[in-house]
Amino acid sequence: MRHEVVMPQMGESITEGTIIKWLKKVGDRVERDEPIFEISTDKVDAEIPAPQAGILLEVLVGENQTVPVNTVVAYIGDEVPAAMPEASTSPPAPVEATTPAAATASSAIKSSATNHVAATATQIDEADVEDAAESTDTFGIRSSPLVRRMAREHGVDLRQIRGTGIGGRITKHDLLAFLEQRQAAAPSVSASAVSAPTATLTPAAVGTPATPPISPTALTPAVAPATVEAEGAVQLPGGEAVEVVPMTAMRKKIAERMVLSKHTAPHVTSVFEVDMTHIHRLRERNKRDFEAQHGVKLTFLPFIVKGVVDALRDWPVLNASIEGDNILYKKHYHIGIAVALDWGLIVPVIRHAEEKNLVGLARSISDLANRARAKQLKPDEVTGGTFTITNYGSFGSLIGTPIINQPQVAILGVGAIVKRPVVTDDDAIAVRHMVYLSLTFDHRLIDGAVADQFMSQLKRNLETFQAMELS
Amino acid sequence: MALTTYLEAIRQALFEEMRRDPNVFCLGEDIGVYGGAFKVTAGLLEEFGPERVIDTPISEAAIVGAACGAAHLGLRPVAEMQFIDFISCAFDMLTNYAATSRYRQGLAVPIVVRGPCGGGVRGGPFHSRNPEAFFMNTPGLKIVEPATAYDAKGLLKAAIRDDDPVLYFEHKYLYRRIKEDLPETDYIVPIGQAALRRSGSDVSIITFGAMVHVALEAAETLAREDDIQVEVVDMRSLLPYDKEAIARTVRKTNKVIILHEATRTGGIGGEFAAFIAEELFEHLDGPIVRIASIDTPTPYSPPLEDFFLPNAEKVMAAVRKLVEY
Repeated sequence: MRHEVVMPQMGESITEGTIIKWLKKVGDRVERDEPIFEISTDKVDAEIPAPQAGILLEVLVGENQTVPVNTVVAYIGDEVPAAMPEASTSPPAPVEATTPAAATASSAIKSSATNHVAATATQIDEADVEDAAESTDTFGIRSSPLVRRMAREHGVDLRQIRGTGIGGRITKHDLLAFLEQRQAAAPSVSASAVSAPTATLTPAAVGTPATPPISPTALTPAVAPATVEAEGAVQLPGGEAVEVVPMTAMRKKIAERMVLSKHTAPHVTSVFEVDMTHIHRLRERNKRDFEAQHGVKLTFLPFIVKGVVDALRDWPVLNASIEGDNILYKKHYHIGIAVALDWGLIVPVIRHAEEKNLVGLARSISDLANRARAKQLKPDEVTGGTFTITNYGSFGSLIGTPIINQPQVAILGVGAIVKRPVVTDDDAIAVRHMVYLSLTFDHRLIDGAVADQFMSQLKRNLETFQAMELS
Repeated sequence: MALTTYLEAIRQALFEEMRRDPNVFCLGEDIGVYGGAFKVTAGLLEEFGPERVIDTPISEAAIVGAACGAAHLGLRPVAEMQFIDFISCAFDMLTNYAATSRYRQGLAVPIVVRGPCGGGVRGGPFHSRNPEAFFMNTPGLKIVEPATAYDAKGLLKAAIRDDDPVLYFEHKYLYRRIKEDLPETDYIVPIGQAALRRSGSDVSIITFGAMVHVALEAAETLAREDDIQVEVVDMRSLLPYDKEAIARTVRKTNKVIILHEATRTGGIGGEFAAFIAEELFEHLDGPIVRIASIDTPTPYSPPLEDFFLPNAEKVMAAVRKLVEY
């Protein structure tokens, strides 16, 4: 029996993906959940795991080809050991700490791909039948060619819409109204829906149950799919030698988001100088034991995230967004961390940073950054942030003026921590570890006085940092 | 400046083109001494003389045949059919000879065959036809049908200057009923370009000729009474027709009605509908609707003719139904 491997839907607004690289050749044996190809979409680059163990029989879509989601890209032959089918009948297996990448990738595909993929990943006939029955339900829905196309483009399940046309037909206006409603509801939905624990981030964390990842439909990014027009060529306009390289999907997305943000929010940046000597000493004293005990390096960033979350609690307007004439105060603290990649930039999100101690934060940061570089982030992990931190100091910059990550209203830039002679309170000159923190804020919502009080609070939090878990 | 009627606009075009180019001449039944059945050619004989304004025998085949011969020799004849219904008598000359000449023997046939079409004037079966569909399936011909005085003049000038045979259908119901201020300068309306007559968001009506005015009347009433915004596209040229204009309006409103005065079955609405179904299927939010005359010869009886022809009430009913679909 041949099993289809399809282009997964990596987020609900994503309509197509480009295969960057085949990691397996025709004839290779693949294990279930073993990465078999790499894709690039508007949102993330990711390695896609095999839905099925077996032999890669046929590859239908070559490298650098872009195809719509759910297109069959390969076939895997049925070569499953007898024990394998059993696994899929039991509830999701506990995530093993040793293979977090594979587990994450497999849950990514389960959560974001269609029934179709789930069906191929599952070996149970009944499940196949049920999935098939469910997917054929849309046949009974009366719509129009236009409505069906729009639903496809916007990732809308037509079963969610009540038609107002003759005989209950779903009209263009019904679909537009639904999209409008969904967009309006998106921020509050994402804030409440992300209460699902981030099982994959803290595989061994105490008391964190391995719940399935939240459905991608709960997080509504509402980003229009970008069109891909790859025209690579070397041209010589007017005698000048240039190389024409089409932008990657990620680069286009970054460009779009940056321009959108600058057009949306009046940006103001305020810079504070913070003495990190205290944290530096804490870190020096504890970093060896910390790494030995927790298996992750202790950097400055977890301290800053913790300081930020504590300051945000006191200044909730910085953990908000603007929706029409309303201010949405986010009750959770999902902190985005900008991660520089060789091929761009991505901002994975630490969910519920307020629930994590330094150890949890350090683990999350390390895990997210590692998986960002390995292209193994799930779409849900790059959306839903409520505040962002960008650590350009790691490349030596002292002061930056970051651009707000919409729809958030503020972003903190962290410069390089450098030793500087400082005049202390008692008029002595001392060598201290200093950093410039830049806060860029949306002046529509946040006034300078509020921003600076937040920054003073952050400065205090950092300069008098109390870390129970490091004592 | 005085307002110019649709008929006067056609007459002006003939005068101006004959003055501009000595190769342009007119021929047809009773166009000279009598000035034409509708007086479209009145005054031409006096200004240009009998060599360029020729009264012919009652033979449409001969009129078009003579025009083709003259065209081969470098002239640009404008042949009148007294009523366009009788163009069928010249069907062979037009479809087998004129339309194919360029392809068969490299000889251009720069002729215009013009004449009054359409009903609503109690003309009965021989004096009311809209024969565009007879010729739509003939590559090599061009077909235009103006709905305004401006287009009547501009399209006729474009037709006369065109190197291919152009059928120019002028709607007799519009002859003296519509008038407008025309530019004093020379202009043409390019063949193959539609015009957006009314912008709307709910339903598109694709139409031409006298039906443009029916569509506009219905659109105004619907906007007033139902708050429905109808877009009206005047095709102006039927062959070749403006596919881009159709695509634009269908992509905009996603619901489309094709309105023409010719009878329904085999009418050119079928061609437009097929184009939309093939190329714009995924932009449709409802069925493609045709409004046309009933499939019967044009009745003499005034109540029957009124029942037979499309009108604003029929259009409004169809629009309301399609909006709700």
